[in-house]
Amino acid sequence: MHLLLYVLRRIIQLIPTLLFIALVVFLLVHLLPGDPASAMLGDRALTADVNRINHELGLDRPLPVQFLLFLRNLLHGDLGRSIQLHQSVVSLIEQRLPVTILLTVMSALVAVVLALPLAFVAALRRDREADVLIRGTFQIGLSMPVFYIGLLLLTFFGAYLRWFPVGGYGDTFASHLYHLFLPALTLALSLSAVLMRNLRQAILSVIGAEYVDFARAKGLPARLVLLRHVLRNALISTVTLFGLQIGTLLGGAVVTETVFAIPGAGRLMIESIYGRDYPVVQGTTLCLAVVVSLTFLLTDLIQVMLDPRLSR
Amino acid sequence: MKAGLSLEVKNLSTTFETPLGAVTAVDGVSFDVHPGEVLGLVGESGSGKSVTLRSLIGLIHPPGKVTGQVTWNGQDLLSVPPGRLRRVRGGEIAMIFQEPMTALNPVLTVGLQVEENLRAHTALDRGQRRARAIELFDLVGIPDAKRRLENYPHQFSGGMRQRVMIAIALASNPKLLLADEPTTALDVTIQDQILKLILSLRDELQMGVVLVTHDLGVVAGTCDRIAVMYAGRIVESGSVLEIFDGPRHAYTRGLLASVPQAGAERGPLLAIEGTPPALSALPTGCAFGPRCSFANDACRATRPELAEIGPGRQVACLHHETVAASKGQFA
Repeated sequence: MHLLLYVLRRIIQLIPTLLFIALVVFLLVHLLPGDPASAMLGDRALTADVNRINHELGLDRPLPVQFLLFLRNLLHGDLGRSIQLHQSVVSLIEQRLPVTILLTVMSALVAVVLALPLAFVAALRRDREADVLIRGTFQIGLSMPVFYIGLLLLTFFGAYLRWFPVGGYGDTFASHLYHLFLPALTLALSLSAVLMRNLRQAILSVIGAEYVDFARAKGLPARLVLLRHVLRNALISTVTLFGLQIGTLLGGAVVTETVFAIPGAGRLMIESIYGRDYPVVQGTTLCLAVVVSLTFLLTDLIQVMLDPRLSR
Repeated sequence: MKAGLSLEVKNLSTTFETPLGAVTAVDGVSFDVHPGEVLGLVGESGSGKSVTLRSLIGLIHPPGKVTGQVTWNGQDLLSVPPGRLRRVRGGEIAMIFQEPMTALNPVLTVGLQVEENLRAHTALDRGQRRARAIELFDLVGIPDAKRRLENYPHQFSGGMRQRVMIAIALASNPKLLLADEPTTALDVTIQDQILKLILSLRDELQMGVVLVTHDLGVVAGTCDRIAVMYAGRIVESGSVLEIFDGPRHAYTRGLLASVPQAGAERGPLLAIEGTPPALSALPTGCAFGPRCSFANDACRATRPELAEIGPGRQVACLHHETVAASKGQFA
């Protein structure tokens, strides 16, 4: 009951955020140097032609009017047409955004699978060999730039061992997973380093709590004490951090997808920025921003589910 | 009802390794608890009472080390395999913690926290566990039990949380209850209710109780026997009557004298001079020596051992006869 109300409230709160994002996206595009008409027609275009194109695209109207039109179209699910690719922006995003989301989800899952057990081992063997080894290894991973780790993995597993492709996306879902594995692993390594350290610290701070001793005093099996009493409380702070990390990851899709040659929304955005493809830049930025906002919403929901004290 | 079990503690010591050297929080403590008996473990903060309780059921974390013997049902709890110890904990020997605000897991419903104990120690199915949880809440006086089981600890007051903790401790009908200052964090009126509750359950279940407290008023009202702890050791033990009537250790005497008496002639509050010694820097000889008005060179030279001075009556003081004779001359 509380949870449902909370979700509703959060979704309503999301509306002004999204409006603001739409405004910023709209203004940002107009701050970019150059204009689409010149980009389309080349350097030697006639002023008359430029004006004609600008008129066709509605770019000669006052900015507030343009923004209202932009909003109206947005509400109808219309993000305009790509100037370069002659497709509707919505259909472009429909093709590209799932790639970005799949990559992010895969990275997140791999990161959790890596970080969770290792954080437990490190915390329970605090300052002993296993802890030092785990933390040391992750420290190395953390201090290397992501693209460098990516190149190392691509060189070794892709080019040398030929276990994985060095780029592309494939045609079937299974081949998507196969193509995205190395990029996801790369991102997961840096994600899990932060996640592991944070979770280890959280476990250590929870494990000495009175309620954990009380759970032991009840005669619960060690596994239950760790999973139900320690992990759940430790996750509360870690979930927030992880949500922020995922948000950053989505925002960083531009870089990641360029390094790994993945045809996702980030690549689409870069291409359209180079091409002064206003509608596509607006559409992809907006969609990524919405996805990031939804990620944060999901993070908060998970946190509330973990910690009943927050839903009041 | 099955016959109760006795707990025999022999020479229990708990030592913590610290960067400044080993600190002995509990030093050679021995006592017994019989079925249906309430033993009061009394002393100032830091005298090792809580550590003693935790040591009994293996709740001391590394780098803490526990030695000695804790005999329960023919087994030494300090050396039984972990699986056996888990069955004893919460099932046969239950513990109530001092702080009701921190001893319950904030993210789990209290119902779950009661039920997980039943799940660990009984063969009850889901429905039966729930019924038993409701029964326990009724027993400890939590109104509207059925609805309250769904609540989280933050939705309860301190007194109610302590009741929840008692309900959890009693869930599987333990034969021994270790109560670590169960009422210290509570209002006086609630304190009384909780103690009465523990006593009535003692009668009902023939349960032994170790009650850790620094409140001698509580001891007088509830305990059968007392063991007084100072700096990690038991310095005096005996029946409540004997000790209240004629303390044989200067520390016990000071403790009793410092209890304000209602209805007595108005006078200054009495306190024991000085503070307890740091466990890492105990004086040689009697640990209470520096604060004791009876102490002489002999006390500073040798540490008095706990010696039997009557049936069930022990004291660790070289001058216990002088202390006994000085009755009434406080200050």
